[in-house]
Amino acid sequence: MKERLFDYILQLGDNSLILGHRLSEWCGHGPILEVDMALTNISLDLIGQTRNYFQYAAKIEDKGRTEDDLAFLRTDRQYRNYLLVEQPNGDFAATIARQFYFDSFHLLFLQELVKSKDEQLAAIAAKSVKEVSYHLRFSSDWLIRLGDGTEESRTKMQEGVDDLWNFTAEFFLMNDLEKEMAAAGIGVDVQALEESYYAQIQEVFEAAKIQMPDYKPGQIGGKDGMHSEHLGHLLAEMQYMQRAYPGMEW
Amino acid sequence: MSDQQILNLEERFQQRIDAEIKVEPKDWMPEKYRKTLIRQISQHAHSEIVGMLPEGNWISRAPSLRRKVALLAKVQDEAGHGLYLYSAAETLGAERDQLTRDLLDGKAKYSSIFNYPTLSWADIGAIGWLVDGAAIMNQVMLTRNSYGPYARAMVKICKEESFHQRQGYEIMLTLAKGTEEQKAMAQDALNRWWWPSLMMFGPSDAESTHSAQSMKWKIKRKSNDELRQQFVDVTIPQADFLGLSVPDKDLKWNEESGHYDFGPIDWDEFWRVVKGNGPCNRDRIKARRKAYDEGKWVREAAMAHAEKKKERKAKLAKSA
Ligand SMILES: [Fe+2]
Ligand SMILES: [Fe+2]
Repeated sequence: MKERLFDYILQLGDNSLILGHRLSEWCGHGPILEVDMALTNISLDLIGQTRNYFQYAAKIEDKGRTEDDLAFLRTDRQYRNYLLVEQPNGDFAATIARQFYFDSFHLLFLQELVKSKDEQLAAIAAKSVKEVSYHLRFSSDWLIRLGDGTEESRTKMQEGVDDLWNFTAEFFLMNDLEKEMAAAGIGVDVQALEESYYAQIQEVFEAAKIQMPDYKPGQIGGKDGMHSEHLGHLLAEMQYMQRAYPGMEW
Repeated sequence: MSDQQILNLEERFQQRIDAEIKVEPKDWMPEKYRKTLIRQISQHAHSEIVGMLPEGNWISRAPSLRRKVALLAKVQDEAGHGLYLYSAAETLGAERDQLTRDLLDGKAKYSSIFNYPTLSWADIGAIGWLVDGAAIMNQVMLTRNSYGPYARAMVKICKEESFHQRQGYEIMLTLAKGTEEQKAMAQDALNRWWWPSLMMFGPSDAESTHSAQSMKWKIKRKSNDELRQQFVDVTIPQADFLGLSVPDKDLKWNEESGHYDFGPIDWDEFWRVVKGNGPCNRDRIKARRKAYDEGKWVREAAMAHAEKKKERKAKLAKSA
């Protein structure tokens, strides 16, 4: 059970870390100074959440590993994040689409996780809920602004939404680990969130004058360590120092 | 206004400056005072923004989660500084977008230090320690400058800069206490950043073009050389504590003057970098221009959307 909980926490931390890392790539390059700062804020929140998860996971594992060992010394096959969050930033519309899909799910997820029988997880979730409500407001606002802005921005926003739609399936298709954790009252029954998720998305799309993508999402694999080609590059960069100079304090 | 009237106004203006009364946006001020300030404040704002790039270069490779968060937050602080400063410049009638375009067109300057590359993680320590450290010397002085909005922006900024400086020093300290490889990395970073940091204070007093008038208007209160000396005096003991040495064979404590003597600065290098031939001048401006150009449709969309919202609101009010 302890091992399964450890794996489950890693999955949560991996999502925040990989998306936080992606957002941090915008820092200094944002389209507007204020947006640059807002994206960094979200990145900071997500990496902060990762630290909470990883510190807790390391404690549960009790083998002397640290949050940094978990972040910097696992290979791509050991990472359990959704495929969505590792997708490259693309243009600002793609970043907003990715963020909106994730935030919408993340908030629903955390609102359930606060009820976890595992007190520590519930506490991390409670703290994160506040942050993520803000993230969702930011990404929805921008989705609406770009969807209902100029012709050019609408086209780009529609394209971002269409391209990344495929990755939303993964949120709801439960693997064994998730089923086990949900049954134990520790994890979230994500399948139960599916309906409200797509209903919420549709609502924002309508406000943004964005069409619901016309295909059924189906890309999965990240949760079980089968990633896209993008993750290897991200990790190579992120883990560079720890790999090149093993075992040092920084 | 007659020439005589302007003369009288200028005299009164100077009297108020001499009496340490802050100039506020609505007060009358000589056109040259306004222009000097816009130039200086926007140059300062541009430095904050361009300065995000060399440090941003290590965000994706920060060696621990704690360092990653700290570096991200630091670079974000610099964006915030840029914002405060652009706002201060706007109180003088400048426009942020125009100032930005001046930067991108190469008409406006920014601190030359950011034209040097960050080659190792130790550079992140060295920049915090030395570059933020040098910036503080200048900025503490500017908290007392005669233009109110600029002085107040500086107070806020200084608090964060001293935090950055301590954080950078702490990175250096960790490296200095680390393995041989880490020590070498720290020394190499100090070797590369030391002289450019001294150049940050600008040309020596004899060569400085704007200094005298700026001193009189209390936009500046200390000369470049004074500030530089002050920086060397506080920094050398810090380097000693790290067990690192600055790359200057002429550096020596001078018992008589109570200051460190240091070797000659390579002003040819300084001018070379100022004039565009530093290692990263082109890259920095290119990166800023890319962000600006690629952000154009986003800014347009935000404006168009705000406009639509306003129209809808007006229509609603009419029909109600
Ligand atoms: Fe700054
Ligand atoms: Fe700073």
